[in-house]
Amino acid sequence: MAKPKLAVWKFASCDGCQLSILDLEDELLALAETVEIAYFLEASSKTVAGPYDLSLVEGSITTPHDAERIQDVRRQSHKLVTIGACATAGGIQALRNFADVKEFTKAVYARPDYIKTLETSTPIEDHVTVDFNLRGCPVDKKQLLEVVSAMTFGRKPMIAADSVCGECKARGSVCVAVAEGTPCLGPVTHAGCGAICPAYGRGCYGCFGPSDAANMPATARLLQAQGLSEDEIVRILRTFNAYAPAFREESEKHDAPNDQC
Amino acid sequence: MTRRTINVEYLARVEGEGALNATIRDGVVEQVELNIFEPPRFFEAFLRGRDFREAPDITARICGICPVAYQMSAVHAMEAACGGALPDPLHVLRRLLYCGEWIESHVLHIFMLHAPDFLGCHGVVEMAKTHGDLVRRALRMKKAGNAIVATVGGREVHPVNVRVGGFYRAPRRADLLKLRDELQWARDAAIETLNWAAGLPYPDYERDYLLVALRNPSHYPMNEGRIVSSAGLDIPYDDFENHFQEIHVPHSTALHGRTKQGRSYLVGPLARFALNHDRLSPEIVALAEKAGLTPSCRNPYKSLIARAVEVLFAFDLALEIIDGYREPDAPAIDVEPREANGRWATEAPRGLLYHRYEIGDDGLIKEARIVPPTSQNQPSIEKDVRGVIEANLDMADDVLQHRCEQTIRNYDPCISCSTHFLKLNIERLTGDEAQA
Repeated sequence: MAKPKLAVWKFASCDGCQLSILDLEDELLALAETVEIAYFLEASSKTVAGPYDLSLVEGSITTPHDAERIQDVRRQSHKLVTIGACATAGGIQALRNFADVKEFTKAVYARPDYIKTLETSTPIEDHVTVDFNLRGCPVDKKQLLEVVSAMTFGRKPMIAADSVCGECKARGSVCVAVAEGTPCLGPVTHAGCGAICPAYGRGCYGCFGPSDAANMPATARLLQAQGLSEDEIVRILRTFNAYAPAFREESEKHDAPNDQC
Repeated sequence: MTRRTINVEYLARVEGEGALNATIRDGVVEQVELNIFEPPRFFEAFLRGRDFREAPDITARICGICPVAYQMSAVHAMEAACGGALPDPLHVLRRLLYCGEWIESHVLHIFMLHAPDFLGCHGVVEMAKTHGDLVRRALRMKKAGNAIVATVGGREVHPVNVRVGGFYRAPRRADLLKLRDELQWARDAAIETLNWAAGLPYPDYERDYLLVALRNPSHYPMNEGRIVSSAGLDIPYDDFENHFQEIHVPHSTALHGRTKQGRSYLVGPLARFALNHDRLSPEIVALAEKAGLTPSCRNPYKSLIARAVEVLFAFDLALEIIDGYREPDAPAIDVEPREANGRWATEAPRGLLYHRYEIGDDGLIKEARIVPPTSQNQPSIEKDVRGVIEANLDMADDVLQHRCEQTIRNYDPCISCSTHFLKLNIERLTGDEAQA
């Protein structure tokens, strides 16, 4: 039987999620024996034409060219999995969605007329059908391996969709929000990282994006009670998953005080 | 007269997206452009209005390969703005974290991105079939580097433990000692890497680069130093913008670094080694020379050896830091914001990384400027490709094309950093043909 063909695609991103494949130091060679790494430009100059059994897509859509390219990737892919906050939520670059991109271009580039970019940075799911979204900024490499194994062999990935709090309890960390009053997005953030931040004595900053049943208003009230200003609540929600609906909608409530009285 | 066109859709084994366009008319190289079309992400724009303490987490996302470099330049720049010097144990921990990133990034580039060019493979998976022991050793070395980043920083990509003023939690001495045995194995593997690197077929090519790197009175540079050059420049790190500039060119979403006099310059391992070899141990310098790298070396392909030298250095330094580590009294010092301008440069794996921030007394960032190493190296990459094509016009198209790609990979270009893919077009025209 021919090995399943794997492709890895990059859109607007930092490369960190696809790097996680190369960071699978103990599993990379075994993975390459199980699947055919047919298209992965960061790792090999040899490319095999599609169609592909599984495409991993990193990055968000920010240019007219990429909005077309993702359609082509979808057409060539039996299964398409997004990897990381850029692909699942638009990434840190989606902060432009709350601002004027023309002004952004002027702030960074001397000749804005040389730059072609869209007004927004949007997740892959806004453009094509996605078979599975793997969250994280960056993704967890063991979860990535699980998704690749599951998808190439036609089973459902075993990826928990609850919050970081569960992982934090399992790790045996002291709750930084309760014990120290540290602002923490753990209650509303998608599990997957293993609750690293509280184990290092800091509050979760939401890099895996909102969990499936995130109670945003309750968390916002807790953040307020811990002394965060409205501006600070907007900032804590608007980082790497700023455009994920749950974080976006809650941040908008705090960004427009005049509509909220 | 003939017209030859070489067209490669994508240059592989680089971080990010771009293209190379070269036009050769009647056997003369007319134009070489490194065309970077990685989509711009506007970090410097959306950093405005953010809290100064958010800069290390946000700027880390510029690059998944070297997030620590961004975190280090950012925290130092903020501390420079607000005042506050880190006590020694915290300072040393930052160097340890940086060692982990240099190792992880350099080993990735040496073996997975660059070595296939010298061994005639397309990538590391193919290389594993013919050079299995080599690849397994590389993966184990990389893992040892990543283990440092994960222990000190919390995870390999986008570490969570770095903050303005130090760390959220200082590692326990016992946690660091657990890394020791593997690092001891890895420093010996780094010597084997240098012996292996000595036998690679380096193309004959040299150029008189203007080399730029940090230099520090006591250490091989990482987190701090004055900015020096091979032409005798010696300036404080915060004077960078008075001597270097970035120019926006139409064919690239990454800005181009030049000196104020308009000269291209080279940053990165080759420049660091040439300007700081006297800060390495005599053992390492002797091993470098045995491997074919001397301080006067200007062969860009031998940047592979310079990376291998720095891997050995970083393993040795990591071991030294771990052996001398005493847990600090507090993981961080307090840093209070004030209206100020903070500038800093550190040595990212790919070279000098400069950050400048202007912040208000409310701690909000008013202006940010980030100059990554690949932006600074872009004009130099274009010059190298031009020189390599000029010296090898007789080469068959596919061989020349490969040589150009290899030349670009000498720089370990991080296109995600500099904005951000490489598609290679070499067009050979005759006088009567219009340019494409």
